[in-house]
Amino acid sequence: MSKTYFTSEHEWIKVEGDIGTVGITDHAQGALGDVVFVELPEVGKAVTKGGDAAVVESVKAASDVFSPVTGAVTAANEAIVDQPALINESPEDAAWFFKVRLSNPGELDGLMDRAAYDAFVAGQQ
Amino acid sequence: MTQETILRTPLYELHRELGAKMVPFAGYDMPVQYPAGVMAEHIHTRTKAGLFDVSHMGQVRLSGPGVEAALEKLVPGDIQALAPGKVRYTMFTNEQGGVLDDLMVSKTGHDLFLVVNAACKEQDIAHLRAGLGDGIKIDVLEDRALLALQGPEAADVMARHAPDAAAMGFMSWAAIKVAGFDCFVTRSGYTGEDGYEISVHEADSVALAKLLLAEPDVAPIGLGARDSLRLEAGLCLYGSDLDPTTSPIEAGLTWTISKRRRAEGGFAGAATVQKHLAEGAPRLRVGIKPVDKAPARAHTDVLDASGRKIGEITSGGFGPTLGGPLAMGYVEAAFAAPGTEVSLLVRGTPRQAHVVAMPFVPHRYAIPGRTS
Repeated sequence: MSKTYFTSEHEWIKVEGDIGTVGITDHAQGALGDVVFVELPEVGKAVTKGGDAAVVESVKAASDVFSPVTGAVTAANEAIVDQPALINESPEDAAWFFKVRLSNPGELDGLMDRAAYDAFVAGQQ
Repeated sequence: MTQETILRTPLYELHRELGAKMVPFAGYDMPVQYPAGVMAEHIHTRTKAGLFDVSHMGQVRLSGPGVEAALEKLVPGDIQALAPGKVRYTMFTNEQGGVLDDLMVSKTGHDLFLVVNAACKEQDIAHLRAGLGDGIKIDVLEDRALLALQGPEAADVMARHAPDAAAMGFMSWAAIKVAGFDCFVTRSGYTGEDGYEISVHEADSVALAKLLLAEPDVAPIGLGARDSLRLEAGLCLYGSDLDPTTSPIEAGLTWTISKRRRAEGGFAGAATVQKHLAEGAPRLRVGIKPVDKAPARAHTDVLDASGRKIGEITSGGFGPTLGGPLAMGYVEAAFAAPGTEVSLLVRGTPRQAHVVAMPFVPHRYAIPGRTS
């Protein structure tokens, strides 16, 4: 069983047990435009909820990706380092950024579900 | 310029119809990209032809006896040697030899026709009023739009709508009809490609833009690709790569100053410019190519092998045609030779890079006198 949560900074986290897989939303990739570079956290790195975890760059600008939760990074998706355009093609599936072992699953309570996130994005337009 | 008075060009509604993402730029609501996106728009301009709305830029006509000599007090460019129908790139300098704005000057007949940057135009016009003297008439052409058609197919597209444009050499000016509309056309641009800039009355501008966009090879291009195209071409962006503390010599624009003007001076800041010419400038604008894939953006520190700061990136990003990151910036003169190894401090991590000759992508301007 897995459940996906969303942040107001346009990250998603899909949680299975105590492991969360993190990426950026389709809305976020659309706003960024063509992604040309991504920098991922190293395995073992400690990340904090709302803290810098990765960097994604389009032709025009660099943007920070924040970790939705606190924990330790267990995997990084080298496929998007080699092929940044995958983030535009498959942002919420193949182009995940990193996996994190949650140290405080209670942090998920403050995040949005899909319906709430879609309403949040619609409200920003 | 306050946020509530954001201006629109005559093509604003057309941009919206074309699905552009609009952003504030130099006080105007401008298209940063269309649905194709920056990458596709950039590649389209390098392989076919792109149409840019640059109507936010200032268009100014100067007239009166001795207008060329009068303008030479404000710019180091050789305006008196400019033949009718020719265009020159130059810059307004301040008393310290810094750059107040860069501009294109066309000699139309007896008059001069200037195109200046949008963000500087109010200041430039005040500077012209204060500096040209009473005998020179300054007309700000606020009722004209400016379109740029750029790319390897631009000449063929223009030839279908303006047969007279085909014979124009690079950096030339002509008053000709384009698709029946009276226009001022220069063979110039800001992409490194062959192309034209077309000044047209605002009332005709949407119809002309639509005619050009109806050509199968022409696509609308936003400011995002305009920036990546000019960066690959090694061209300066005022406010980033040029500013009031930077001399034209430091900026690598020595080629814009003729032998006569170097010797005679007679423009604001000439003493500094002549000193930089004679003794060498203390720092120089250079191309910088990162070794790995991480782009280095403006304001990134440039370090030498010992970690000492020797300069700063002023424009940087990703070059779609180059297929990798690229930057330009200023370094101490001792580090300006192509091949010099430097490092760039990107998010706290030094990353290896080399000073390289510009342009990053070869210019493909029309050869003067050749039609295509």
